[in-house]
Order: sequence, then C-alpha cells, then structure tokens
Amino acid sequence: MATTEILLAGFGGQGILFAGKILAYCGLMDGKELSWLPSYGPEMRGGTCNCSVCVSDQPIGSPLVLTPDILIAMNQPSFDKFVKDVRPGGKVFFDSGLIEATTDRTDIELFGIPSQQMADDNALKGGSNIILLGKVIKETGIFSLDIMKKGIEKVVPPSKAALIPNNFKAIELGMNA
Amino acid sequence: MAVVFERPKSLIDVPTHYCPGCTHGIVHRILAEVIDEMGIEGDTIGVCPVGCSVMAYDYFNCDMIEAAHGRAPAVATGVKRTNPDKFVFTYQGDGDLAAIGTAETVHVAARGENIVVIFINNTIYGMTGGQMAPTTLPGQVTQTTPFGRDPRLAGYPVRVSEMVATLSGTALAQRVAVDSIPHIRDAKKAIRKAFENQKAGKGLSLVEVLSTCPTNWGLTPIEAIKRLQDEMIPYYPLGVYKDVDEGVFPKEGGEE
Amino acid sequence: MERNLMKGNEALAEAAIRAGCKCFFGYPITPQTELAAYMAKRMHKAGGVFLQAESEIAAINMVLGAASTGVRAMTSSSSPGVSLKSEGVSYIAGSDLPAVIINVQRGGPGLGGIQPSQADYWQATKALGHGDFQLIVYAPASVQEMVDFVVKAFDSADKYRMPVMILADGLLGQMMEPVSFPEINPDAYDKSSWAANGHGFKREHHIINSLYLKPDELEKSVVDRYKKYDIIKETETDAELYLTEDCDILLCAFGATARVVKSAVNDARAQGIKAGLFRPKTLWPFPVKEINEAAKNAKVLLSVEMSMGQMVDDIKLAVNCSKPVEFYGRTGGIIPTPVEVLEQIKKIGGTL
Repeated sequence: MATTEILLAGFGGQGILFAGKILAYCGLMDGKELSWLPSYGPEMRGGTCNCSVCVSDQPIGSPLVLTPDILIAMNQPSFDKFVKDVRPGGKVFFDSGLIEATTDRTDIELFGIPSQQMADDNALKGGSNIILLGKVIKETGIFSLDIMKKGIEKVVPPSKAALIPNNFKAIELGMNA
Repeated sequence: MAVVFERPKSLIDVPTHYCPGCTHGIVHRILAEVIDEMGIEGDTIGVCPVGCSVMAYDYFNCDMIEAAHGRAPAVATGVKRTNPDKFVFTYQGDGDLAAIGTAETVHVAARGENIVVIFINNTIYGMTGGQMAPTTLPGQVTQTTPFGRDPRLAGYPVRVSEMVATLSGTALAQRVAVDSIPHIRDAKKAIRKAFENQKAGKGLSLVEVLSTCPTNWGLTPIEAIKRLQDEMIPYYPLGVYKDVDEGVFPKEGGEE
Repeated sequence: MERNLMKGNEALAEAAIRAGCKCFFGYPITPQTELAAYMAKRMHKAGGVFLQAESEIAAINMVLGAASTGVRAMTSSSSPGVSLKSEGVSYIAGSDLPAVIINVQRGGPGLGGIQPSQADYWQATKALGHGDFQLIVYAPASVQEMVDFVVKAFDSADKYRMPVMILADGLLGQMMEPVSFPEINPDAYDKSSWAANGHGFKREHHIINSLYLKPDELEKSVVDRYKKYDIIKETETDAELYLTEDCDILLCAFGATARVVKSAVNDARAQGIKAGLFRPKTLWPFPVKEINEAAKNAKVLLSVEMSMGQMVDDIKLAVNCSKPVEFYGRTGGIIPTPVEVLEQIKKIGGTL
C-alpha cells in the first residue's frame, strides 16, 4: 500500500483530533507506519482545527498533509478551504447537515451524510466524528471494522471505557449510512 | 435616534481572539471607557504582556508596544521616563506579572514609577493551555498540577496587591473583580483613579482584576463567574490595599 | 518490541525519565508544553522532582543546582525561553556540569510565532551564551529519535561533563508516531570526585564554579575544555546518508525538514534525477567526515532549512568550499513542501 494521506478539519470541540487519533491507532494496530500531526495555535475555544494523518507500509516522510487522499470535513469553512487540495481520485467525507457541498471538481468523490443529526437521533452526543469514520472505512476500505474497533479500544482512556460501545454503534451507523 | 450605548472610541471595532465567556473583554472595555472619558487616547501608550492578552495591541486604538514575557513594567518605564507627560499603562496576566515578571513588578513599584499596571488574575495560564499560575489556588487542578496544587510541592499563591502595597513607591494597590455589575462599576472607578493618579504624578498604581478563564477551568462562563465568587474572592479579598493621596514622593526639596 | 503512539514532546519526557532523569524544571511555552505536563503526571511516580519554575531563568539555574549535586537534570523550552536560559547554560558549561536542555523551536526573532522553525541553529551550535564553550547538539527527525537521542544526551552529558541540547521543532514536538522504548540501562558515571552533595567530613570540599579571576587560570580551564571538544569532534559525529553513493545533487537537511527533503529526493529519483540526502544527527560537532563522504560524487549541494540558511556556512566549511552550496528555505513557521524542494532540485539540477 502506498501512503494514504488523510486530512480532518472542523471546529475545535468537534472531535477532529480524536477522530484523527483513532485512525492513527488503527494504523498502529494494523502494523503500519503512520504519523498524526495536529494544527496548533493559541488555546482558544471554538477556533478552527485540523489534523493530518498518514498511513503507509513505508516510513512516513513529511507528516504534513497538503494533498489529501481522504478529506473529512466537519464544517463549511473547512470544506471550502480544503476541497480544492484533494488529490485527483480522492474522497471527501462531510456532514451534509452542516455543509453545503459546492465544488466544481469532478475528479473527486463526495460522500455526505448528516452525521451530526444521526448522532443526535441515536443519543450519541459528540459522535458525529465517529459516524463519519464509519463511512470512511466503508467507502475506502482503508481499515477493517475489526481494526477500527481495536483502534477505538486503544484510544478511549480506561476512565471512559463505558463509552466504547457507543463508539462502536457510531461506526456501524456510519457504515450503514 | 439618541445613542445610549456604543463602543468606546479607543477600542477598535474588531472581533477579539478571546474565548467565549472570557472576562478580558469587560476589562478591555472599562479601560477604554476610562481613556475615552479622560480624553487621553492620543496621549496614551499601552504595553502588552505575553499571555492571552498578548494581542491586545490589535484592540486598543492608542499606541501600543508588545513586551517580552514579564518585562512590560520595564518597557513601560522606558516609555514613561522619556515621555513623562504621557499616560502609560501595562496590561498583564498572572503568569506574566507574578511569575516571570516578579522582579519587574516589585521594582516598578519600589521606584514609584508613575504608570498604571492593570493586572488580570485568573489563577491560570490561558494561552499555553492551562498550566499552574503563581496565583493558582491550593488544590486547583491544572495541566502542571494534575493532582491539584499541593503547596508542599508547588508552593503557595502570590497575593500581588498585598505584596505591592508594602512597597514605598506604590500609590494605589486595589483588588477588584468583574463578576457582577456593582463589581464592574467598582473596577472601572479603580482604573479611573489609577489614571488620575498618573495625571497627578502620585506614583505606581496597580489595579488587580479577578477574572475568569472558562476554557482552561473546564467550566461554562456562568459556572466560572460562580467559581470566581465562591473560591477566588475568599482567597483574594477585594479592596483597597494602599492609597496614598499625597503621592509617594516628598515635595520638591523635602525628604521622605 | 511494543510500539506505542506518542507525541514527540511526551516521548522526550518518557525517555528522559527512563534514562534516569531525576529532576525536571520548566516553564510553560508553546509548542513544548506537553513535555512539562507529562513530567507533572509521571515524574513523582519515578521518584523524581517536577517543578514549574517562575521563569526560564529560574528553571535553568535549578538545573544547575541539581546537576551540581550529581543528579541527572533536564529543562525544556522553546526558542524565546531558550534565549532566557542562555545565561545559565553558559554557567553550566563554565562549571563543567552535565545537563540536558531541550529546544522545541518556533519562529523568531523576538516573540516570533509558535509554528515550527529551525532558526535557532546558530544559537545552538555557535553561541548559546557568552564565552568560549560548546554544547553537543542532537537533531532528531522522528519521534523515535527523540527517544534515542535523549538517552544519548544524558550519557554524553555525563561522559563529558557538559551541557547537551536536543534541537527539535514544533512539528516533531506535536506529531505522534509509533515509538518503542529500548531497554535502557543508563551508564553509571561516578560523580563523587566533583559533586557538591555534602562532604560529610569524609573528603575535601567540592566547589562548583565558573569564576577564575586570574586570566592564566581561566585560560587553562577553557583550553582544557577545548581538548575535550577535540575528542568529541573526532568521536561523536553522526549522520544519515540516504542515496548518496551516486548522487549528482546532495541535499542537506536536519530534523523535520529532512523528512520533507527525503520525500523530495524520492520524487526526484522517480523522475531520474540523481538526488541524495545528507542528514546530520549531530549539529555540533558537525559531521565533517560524513558530509565529505556523502558529497564525494556530487556536483552541487543544496541546504534546505526552516530558516534563512543558518547551516550553509557549516556545510561550506566542511567541504572546504570545494563545491557550490545552494540554499532553499522557508522561515517564520512555514514548513517547506516536497513539491517546493523538488522544484529547487530541478532548478539546480538543470544547471549541471
């Protein structure tokens, strides 16, 4: 497998870095080389936030994702800003309830699901990011469901282990959306 | 239609970078109101610290200077000594003023430097993501006191107004808060008094403002106000710790 | 060996604890704060001391005090904070004390910015404080090297009784990568001949000092230290040579930039351009032998840095200006991209 470059972007508080960490841990559990790099800035509530994840069989060169194979966008500014950078043939995943997906690109695939609404409807507060990850693994096959579950188990701290089943539920919701 | 409420002229009409619910905005506003009411915007030079208010130079319309971490009082001294007829203020947080800048704080007061120091005490480092400040309360959990501040390991908080009040060059040392309308009114009066002191050449005037940091306290803005009232004010009592009406220096030719 | 996923800053801290670091003194500054936060959580479990100092100046002098007693001590900061530490670093060097100093660089000068930079190269390798002295400077390029070099840094510091710096940057500090912790058995160094930890009426008193009022005594102390530096220059250099055997164009880069450059070198090779990479792992001493080996067939050298070109002079000196040394860099917190570097390779390659 060549290097898969993934960019996740949205508002602080949407779980962008956490979703990125799950993908990174999936890579770890899958025996891959990987890197995870957050954007960082003044510690401000509600600011924009993004995160680069690279997964590969080879050692990772630059960990900064500039032309993503996979873009996960959770708000309109992030979609608008990064959709033009997606590599031709790349896939874009976004919350169709929050984002109006207007782009003139025809060389990429768009996958919009109302992830925030789905999270609310299923009592999965804050699960929108995980639902999108479910959609990602279904449409890209980058990781198996089994690896995804292992990744989640690794990321969620022991003190919050009770939330693991909810995360699994969110993944499956996304896969079936 | 009559305008009954508007932005102070000395405050620039831009969104700030402060988090929702942060009380920096209130302090910026009352400081700008004082500058407007005294009509001194054109004669005022402000000095910013390092910390959350590092970019306050983008919000005030008067001339502004950005200082190194903790050194705002020294920078302000340089400005004031060369421009004694101008108004000079520093605007500093607790890490800046009471940790790395303690020496500058003590000596600007000891020298009776004729400037205004606005001191924002919110018991935490905000900009870097919530580490222990010199004013962090015993037991308070921060990123660098993950088990709560234990005075045996991390020492006790610094009570700045009380400390500065002991120094001979201090004309005014007053602690205020911005948790309620009456307290905000008092805070504005204190800042006005500090600037009037500078106008009259009385010496160093320090106004300590108890403030909130909902983001790094992990609280909602309303819960944060409540914490300020329930935990901070008992530890840091509001009030005037020093007020020298005649100024800190002897009249011409006399001796202290 | 078990692979963990850790941020560079956290890996530095964990490795230091495993290497027997017993004291960490620091002050909050972005982008290295996770290191101090990790120490705050973990150090007490390892029986050590974590203390948040009131300033970087205080922190480095706390390190001086702890190191004086023979204990492994460390501090970390980012560029503006390292400037504040420079006085203490000079005293540590002048007192022949072992200590580890970490700089997770950000853009400068002044308050600068908080994004990654390599603009403290000169400061680290030439002048981290007043007086005649050097630090050994390691430049990791991955989270794994953060771990490996911290262990090495403590050993080198003890072996040579001198300050050692890890020169990282915001990108390496913030990124997570798989990392494994090797079995670490810190070499035991006998410090009883100099440590000031109380003579107990069993030995002569020890003095930790950098003051010599008689010029001949001061000169001798400095000259002796430089004899030590000569040994270090001979034995401690380290570099990675990547596809250099047949390269026409030799790229030179360290730290995070070297990762970007490696990607560009691979891209260049895919297009038939014979590019190679020389990556110094020690910035002082500069790997002179290694770069000459790497450059033996190259027609031109290209230094790529996150600065305005601070390593260029060292490269020119190392190859004795025998070949042209070009430069490409971004500064202020901007990371060069593989595409930009490839463009430079083509530009310079075209003039061959």
